[in-house]
Amino acid sequence: MEIRTQVQRGCLAAGALSVAMFALAGCVPNADPEAEAIAVTASDDDCSVSTEEAASGTVTFSVTNEGSKVNEFYLLGENKLTIVGEVENIAPGATRDLTVQAGPGDYYTNCKPGMIGTGVGQAPFTVTGDALEVSPEDDAVIAQYVGYVKTQTEELVPNVEEFVDAYESGDDEEAKRLFPIVRINYERIEPVAEQFGDLDPKIDYRKPGADEEGLEFTGFHRIEMDLWNDEAVANGDYEGDPDLTPLTPEQRAELGGKLIDDVTELKDKVAEPDFTLTLADITEGAKGLLDEVAAPDGKLPGEENEFAHTDLWDFYANVEGSEVAFDTVRELAISNGEQELVDELDDRFADMFALLDTYGSYDDGFVSYDTVGDDERAELAAKLNALSEPMSRLTAAVVKN
Amino acid sequence: MATGLARRGGTAGQGSSVVPFHGDHQAGIVTPAQDRLHFASFKMVDGSGRDDLIELLKDWTTAARALTQGKALGSGVEPDNALLPPEDTGEAEGLQAGHLTLTFGLGRDLFTGTDDDGDPYGLRARLPEQFQPLPSFAFDLLEEARSGGDLCIQACADDPQIAVHAIRNLARIAVGRAHLFWSQLGFGRTSSTSPEQATPGNLFGFKDGTANVMSDETEALDQHIWVGEEGPEWLRGGSYLVARRIMMTIETWDRASLDEQERIVGRSKLEGAPLSGAREFDEPDFQAESDGEPVIDLASHVRLAHPENNDGARILRRGYNYVDGSNTLGQMGAGLFFISFQKDPGIFSRVQRSLKPDLMNEYIRHIGSGLWAVPPGVRSGEFLAQALFE
Repeated sequence: MEIRTQVQRGCLAAGALSVAMFALAGCVPNADPEAEAIAVTASDDDCSVSTEEAASGTVTFSVTNEGSKVNEFYLLGENKLTIVGEVENIAPGATRDLTVQAGPGDYYTNCKPGMIGTGVGQAPFTVTGDALEVSPEDDAVIAQYVGYVKTQTEELVPNVEEFVDAYESGDDEEAKRLFPIVRINYERIEPVAEQFGDLDPKIDYRKPGADEEGLEFTGFHRIEMDLWNDEAVANGDYEGDPDLTPLTPEQRAELGGKLIDDVTELKDKVAEPDFTLTLADITEGAKGLLDEVAAPDGKLPGEENEFAHTDLWDFYANVEGSEVAFDTVRELAISNGEQELVDELDDRFADMFALLDTYGSYDDGFVSYDTVGDDERAELAAKLNALSEPMSRLTAAVVKN
Repeated sequence: MATGLARRGGTAGQGSSVVPFHGDHQAGIVTPAQDRLHFASFKMVDGSGRDDLIELLKDWTTAARALTQGKALGSGVEPDNALLPPEDTGEAEGLQAGHLTLTFGLGRDLFTGTDDDGDPYGLRARLPEQFQPLPSFAFDLLEEARSGGDLCIQACADDPQIAVHAIRNLARIAVGRAHLFWSQLGFGRTSSTSPEQATPGNLFGFKDGTANVMSDETEALDQHIWVGEEGPEWLRGGSYLVARRIMMTIETWDRASLDEQERIVGRSKLEGAPLSGAREFDEPDFQAESDGEPVIDLASHVRLAHPENNDGARILRRGYNYVDGSNTLGQMGAGLFFISFQKDPGIFSRVQRSLKPDLMNEYIRHIGSGLWAVPPGVRSGEFLAQALFE
C-alpha cells in the first residue's frame, strides 16, 4: 500500500504559506494573459512538471494527460495536505489548466491517475518573490477545503480495500499493521463524516456507543476487536459478550465488505456537486478534531483504540486535520487583522507536533499507548489544551458579520 | 452538658433555621433548596435481616429528629464518662440547624434480594409495581462502585459542615446493619423548588430546570410527584428519587462559542430566557422560526426535556454542582449531581430517553445512577417507612 505518510512537521512555524486562490477549476478573473503556463505531463505512473519554481502571483499549470486513466493535478501546501489548487477530470489525451494566486513558499505538485488513491509523482515546487496583496474570497477557501476532504476520502477507499483484503484472507499480522495507518485519512476529516449522521456510527463507533444506541457494532473498531481478540478478552470489560467470539472467514468478509461500502458512500457523498461546507464548519471542525482527542472516550485517555492501543496515530491525524483546516482559513484570518492569533496557533501546533514526534511517526510507527504513563499523558494533555484554547477563537477571527 | 438531648449553640433565633422533620411528606423535596448537599448511599451488611433493617430505620429516625433541630446526638459531645468516645462527633457544635433536611430512600434490592439470597427482609410481596429498575440509556458510562445502593440519605443544609456532620453520624449509627457504599458532596443548588428562589446557574453557566414543579403547585405535586392511589398504601405521599452523577467535560464546553452554548441549551446564557423569549420564565415557543429555521434548535436541551415534548411529564429537580478534584490528565472532575423526584420512575425514563439526540450529550457523561423509593413523611412517635413493616 502506498500511504501518504510524509509529513513535514513544524512547517507552519517555519513560515506561513501565503496563498490566495480564486477558483479551483482554473477560472480566474484578471489572470495575467502574458504569464507563461507551466507544462505538466501526467501519466498513469508519473507527474512531470517542466519547472520546479515560479515567481509569486498568478501561476498557471497546463496539464496534459498522456496516460490511459482520467487524471487530476494538485498543487499542495508545505504540509503536503492543504490543497492550494486542483484540476480534475483530465481525460486521456486532454489538456486542462490550473491557475492559482501563489505567494512565496514551499509547495508540492501531485497527480492522481484514476482520481483515487494517494497519487503519483509528488515533487517539491517553490514560489519566490513578494507576498501577495490580494484578499482571499470565502467561496474559494471553502472550495479549497472541500477539495481536501474529497482527496482524503479518495485515499481512504483504496487503503481500506487493502486493509480488508488482508483481514479477510486471514493475514492478521498485515491487517494489524495496516489498522492504524488506514484510519489516518478518516481521522483527519472526522467532523465532516459526522455530518452524515448515519455513516460515522457505522464506520467508527466504539463498542459501548453501538451497544447503548442499539446499533449493529460494525466498522473499524469491530474489526479491531476481532483482530486483537486476545486483548479484548484479557481487558475484562466485555466478559461473556458474544462479540468476543472470533469471527469466521464468512463473517469477516461480510464485515469487511460493509466497511468498504460505508467509506465508499462517504467518498461519493462528499463528491456530490451540491456538497459544501460553511467557513464555520471548517473552523469549528478544526476545534472539534482537538476535542475528539481529549474526549472521555477519546485518544488521550486511551479509549479510542482500547484493544489495539494505536491511539497515537489517531491523535496525530486529528491534529493534522485540525492544522489543515486552520491553514486553509489562515489568509482570511490575517486579512481580518488576526495575525497575532495565527502566529499563536502556529506556535502551538509546532509545540504539539514536536511532542508527538517524540513518540514516533507514521513511517516508523508510534509507541503503543498502553505504555504511555500518566505523567506523559498529562504532558500531552497540557500541550493539547494550549492548542485548543486559541483554536476556540478561530471561528470569530474568520467569520465576520 | 449532662444528659438527654443536648442543644447545640442555643442562641436566640435558632428556631428560624429549623425545617420540621415531621409531616405528610418527607422534608427535603419541596423544601426551598438549600445551598449544600451531602448525599450518601448505603448497603445492608451481608447476612442482615428484617429486624436489623427495622432497628436501623428506628435509630435513624431518632437521630434525624435531633439533627434537623440542630441538637447534638445521644449524650452529646461530652459524655459523663470521659472514658467513652463522644456520641456526637462534635463538628456541628454552634452551627445551629442550618435548614438541615434528611430525606431517606429504600433501594429495590431490599425488596427483591440480590442473586439467590431469597427475601432477607420479608419485603418481596410489598414491591410496588412501578418500582422497576432504570433502563440503560444512550451514552451511559456508569461506574458500578458509584451506582445504586440499598438505602440513601439526601442531606441538604445551608452549611456543608452541617450536612456532612449528619451523614457522618448516621453512617456511624448504621454500623453492623448497613455500611456506606458511596457518597457525594454538592454545592450551589442548580434548581429552585420555590417561586421565591432565583434559579442559579450550573457549571455550564446556564440556568436549567426552570420548568420545575414548584412547592406551591399543590395540584401538580399530586399529579406528578407524590405517589397516590396507583401505588401501595405504605408509599402514598412518598415519591421516587433518581440520582444521576453527570460528568461535564467543562474544558471543551468552555471553548464552545456563546452561540453554540446557547443553541445547545436553547436558552440565553445570562438571563436564562428561552431563545424564543426574553425572560427566564417565558414559556418557550417551539414553533418560533427565524429565516425558516427553528429559533430553538430541534436537538436543544430545553426542547427535548420540556413537558410539552414528553407527553406532559414533569419532575421535581433538586440537583447540585460537584467538583471532585481532577484527573491525571489535568481535567477537572466536575459535573452535576442530578436529583429528581417523581411519582413513578418511568417518568424519569420517559424524559431521559427523549434526551438521546440532545446536543448537550457531547459535553456530558452519566457516570453514576441510583433509584430509591422515598417513603412518606414521618409522624410523631412513628419511624421511617413504618407502614411498610405493618
